[in-house]
Amino acid sequence: MPESIINVSYIIAAILFILGIKMLGSASTAVKGNRVSSLGMLIAVIVTLSKSGLDYTWIVAGLALGGVVGLIAAKRVQMTGMPELVALFNGFGGLASLFVGWSEYEKASGDWSAYLKSAGDAMPGQWFLALVIVLAVIIGGITFTGSIVAYLKLSGKVGGTATIFPLQKLINLLVMLGAVMVGCYFITIVDNETARFVLWWVIVLSLLIGVLGVIPIGGGDMPVVIALLNSFSGLGAAAAGFVITNTVLVVAGCLVGASGLILSIIMCKAMNRSLGNVLFGGFGALASSGGKEVEGEMKALSVEDAYYVLEAAQSVVFVPGYGMAVAQAQHVVKELSEILERNGAEVRHAVHPVAGRMPGHMNVLLAEADVPYEQLCEMEEVNAIMPTVDVAIVIGANDVVNPAALEDEESPIYGMPIINVHQARSVFVLKRGQGAGYSGIINTLFFRENCRMVYGDAKATVGSMVAQFEE
Amino acid sequence: MELILLLFTFVLAAFLGFELISKVPSQLHTPLMSGSNAISGITIVGALIASGQQDDAISKWLGLAALVLATINVVGGYYVTDRMLSMFKTKKD
Repeated sequence: MPESIINVSYIIAAILFILGIKMLGSASTAVKGNRVSSLGMLIAVIVTLSKSGLDYTWIVAGLALGGVVGLIAAKRVQMTGMPELVALFNGFGGLASLFVGWSEYEKASGDWSAYLKSAGDAMPGQWFLALVIVLAVIIGGITFTGSIVAYLKLSGKVGGTATIFPLQKLINLLVMLGAVMVGCYFITIVDNETARFVLWWVIVLSLLIGVLGVIPIGGGDMPVVIALLNSFSGLGAAAAGFVITNTVLVVAGCLVGASGLILSIIMCKAMNRSLGNVLFGGFGALASSGGKEVEGEMKALSVEDAYYVLEAAQSVVFVPGYGMAVAQAQHVVKELSEILERNGAEVRHAVHPVAGRMPGHMNVLLAEADVPYEQLCEMEEVNAIMPTVDVAIVIGANDVVNPAALEDEESPIYGMPIINVHQARSVFVLKRGQGAGYSGIINTLFFRENCRMVYGDAKATVGSMVAQFEE
Repeated sequence: MELILLLFTFVLAAFLGFELISKVPSQLHTPLMSGSNAISGITIVGALIASGQQDDAISKWLGLAALVLATINVVGGYYVTDRMLSMFKTKKD
């Protein structure tokens, strides 16, 4: 295919990405939007394959292998496992950018200065090629290990809480400075062996930054991190686009970079914290130190007693959190909410913007369980009617219903908007045990007069409530 | 010259991205993220070019590794987003 047609096709692909993202932003067009953007991807791949002078032997194998692995992973994953899968895919995208950048360096095949001369002609200067290679490698590397650590935390393969060690901030700062310095140095070298040695250091340091950057971030802040890493993977692709001077990579990568950044800012706002505080605050590990002593005691309630209250309730609000995802309780929750409706109660599901481990996590789970759209309420909506609610059932949510965020100025989460379940006539908290949640902050809700703890696995508890109604 | 245009494109795309995303309802945040995650797999284009080099050098093999990873990102990302969105759809009908 002639170069001009290839370039026009890239523009078409870029337009399809833009349209696709726009359509993803509205419920009625989202399905189509995703398909439109995948069509753009298909066009980009096909025209790239039609470039002259490509050797297809391994391309076919690579595409087939990647396609099969991706398809199987996407088919098998349960909706509850969605955050970790997105993190994993994201990490792969980042590593791909790293390899594309590195591969460009290897094209020099031993003569870096000659390659810089020939390739640098199309650029503002030879330094530019070296600069974009370094950027693709650094951003890609951070995205890769950062996403892998996020994946390990989300899937429970390592502890989800923040990992803090002495001098952490200093060490992180030094590693980052080191990466910047080594990166800058790479841009100035022309000698091949030195360049190779320095590039390896760039790779090692960027991988290290990803690990060090994500381990101090606790589980509750994961939605922000996932969105931010998503943004990074886009920027990595854009940097790779500069390496091979390709418009479609630059446009698509930059779109993703911008959208991911916005999502993470939205998440931060929902927690009333700055992005810097989320990333460098070491939240969760030091949290237990803050806050006042709580008076009162936690009062347990049996499922039978809970049933009597629910049977008489006219208005019920479910507040799901990460615990519902862990217990896979979304289907029984839907069952219980149907029974309550038939029993004459008005049922709502209140979703906090940062509930779960991914932006919009709870919405996906409730949608999977076929909870009607009209029953889903956002925080402000449900807070307005909370004083008229008979029973609020908190399922595996913790910080997002902690009244300390409103009342206790010393609490680390003070100022975060919460769902005001404490204003409901009674609150049932479904919880495994008495421990503080993921963030380690004591929840003053549990000690309130109108709050009752129903201990046990959320799925089993809700299941036995359903059974009580059926008897 | 070409690079200046490319930088220009980058800046415009950034503004466009900010404009497009700022008004998305929160229930679509997850599909939006996994959908845009699939788009970031566009590195596949760079990987294709790198892995299609004729000579049998390290550069080609790095490109091939990038190709496999980017393809997983693209195919898996789009498929999983479609799966998620179809659940939203059945609920609306």
